[in-house]
Amino acid sequence: MTLQVRARVRRGGFTLAVNDSLPTQGITALFGRSGCGKTTLLRLIAGLENVKDAEISFNGETWQAGRRNLPVNRRRLGLVFQESSLLPHLSVEANLMYGYRRTPASLRRLHPDTVRSLLALDDLLGQAVHTLSGGQRQRVALGRALLTSPQLMLLDEPLSALDTAAKREILPFLSGLSTSTGVPMLLVTHSAREVEQLADQVAFMEQGRIERIEPLREALTRPDSPLFNDEGPAAVLEGHLQETGEGEWQFVTRGGDGRPPVHFQVSGQSAHHTSLHRLRILASDVSLALTRPEGISIRNMMPVKIERLEQSDEHRCTISCRLADGQLLLSRITRQSVEELGLTPGDAVVALVKSAALME
Amino acid sequence: MPELSPQDWQAIAVTLKLCALTTAILLVLATPLAWWLAHRQSPSRTVVQALVALPLVLPPTVLGFYLLIALGPRGPVGQTLEAMGLTHLAFSFEGILVASVIYSLPFAVQPLLEAFRHLGARPVEVAASLGAGPLDRLFTVILPLCRGGFIVAATLTFAHTLGEFGVILMLGGSIPGETQVLSVLIYDYAEAMDYAAAHRLSLGLLIFAFVVLVTVYSFNRRFDGVRP
Repeated sequence: MTLQVRARVRRGGFTLAVNDSLPTQGITALFGRSGCGKTTLLRLIAGLENVKDAEISFNGETWQAGRRNLPVNRRRLGLVFQESSLLPHLSVEANLMYGYRRTPASLRRLHPDTVRSLLALDDLLGQAVHTLSGGQRQRVALGRALLTSPQLMLLDEPLSALDTAAKREILPFLSGLSTSTGVPMLLVTHSAREVEQLADQVAFMEQGRIERIEPLREALTRPDSPLFNDEGPAAVLEGHLQETGEGEWQFVTRGGDGRPPVHFQVSGQSAHHTSLHRLRILASDVSLALTRPEGISIRNMMPVKIERLEQSDEHRCTISCRLADGQLLLSRITRQSVEELGLTPGDAVVALVKSAALME
Repeated sequence: MPELSPQDWQAIAVTLKLCALTTAILLVLATPLAWWLAHRQSPSRTVVQALVALPLVLPPTVLGFYLLIALGPRGPVGQTLEAMGLTHLAFSFEGILVASVIYSLPFAVQPLLEAFRHLGARPVEVAASLGAGPLDRLFTVILPLCRGGFIVAATLTFAHTLGEFGVILMLGGSIPGETQVLSVLIYDYAEAMDYAAAHRLSLGLLIFAFVVLVTVYSFNRRFDGVRP
């Protein structure tokens, strides 16, 4: 199950040159700065770019071989764009059904009832397209693409035109969608946050090339990963949110191999992401102590084992700590602290995480 | 209202037939041409654009003159047709139909080009990704979303063909029932000093043209209002 792409595209001073095999399981993020060629690559895969020097095949089916080009409408893929792409002369329902009607009955695997409930579209059906909010439009666009039972979904920055509230509204839907529908997705994004929340694999793009393709888990273990450019390294833990009382929430990490899960107190204010499966913790929000401190406002204190120390710059170290559940937590502290505490790999210490730091 | 003569009626019939056929043919030809112009950035685009706009600039007599040469019995097109057992096109209805299509081309292409540019490529890409083939996309996306552009293109083409004179006179002459359209007949009346006859047709055309344009523009505004 792979998407094989070889292409050479020159546009002015820019050259896209790829010869890679992209995974087609779960969500693969194409991550890179704007202008690195990720949208061009996505459009090339979709068949929307007029390029001669390219070969693309998907799971053994040839989509393009030089000038021979399978038209977009016969590639059976779902496209979702950055801005609203709903057909303005059609109702929400007609938009949803546009592709479904054109999909041969024998190829339909996803049906309107399923997709409507997956994306909570029932309330929107009767509305006119132009009355929908940005987040609602993208939900309809996702549903419309899914209803063609595509072999592959191509998402071109589907969240970047949305405000924070709309992003929060749509993220939970998106995060489970590939798993629940079985449709692999290729997500173009320049946001490390989106990669951390959604991706299973990441393809890092730079100046028209794919530098590296690796599972998100591995990408997150490298403190110098391009994902950490903005706010420094962060750990992304898997698990689920749980309400423990009035306005009190806990993130329970996924234990595994007989290991116990770890519980993080989460600030209630933003805990309405009930279907959030990933918790992002910035390394700079995690401190380390040799023993469990008393009389401190920090509510998350968990025993960890130091696995690796890395010098991030002149003054600071990034320390990889293994949690009881087996997942990694990153901590960024000064070199002086490391020396004063005498931290070395293998040490058992206590990680202190502010609960406010757990959610934005 | 003064009575129209049988010759008047004949000219009206020829004119309406010419305008209707020209409009129909041009909508079919101009749609792919305008789409190509709206979405391609190849060097040939500029040349094609200039060719399309040529009838706007050239005196109709120039266009008519070259068409007469090309379509006539000694021209390349006329000779090819005769070699195929057909007749050449000078001084025939088919000839002035070809001329009208070329002469009114920019009036069909321009509004469609505007409409297609305004539409952008996105809705069509979306429809393609949803499994719609080229004709399906034309009828379910482009036509409904560019309705205004098509109405304006059809109207302008029709009205412009109605007002065609120089090209027809050069290429078609004034053969009643064949190439004698209203504008030519009015000219003939005026030449013959029959001002009353020229006047009743001219006034009729003036009113007709005005009513058509007002109707269409008001329709068009209503359509625009429907679009979000």
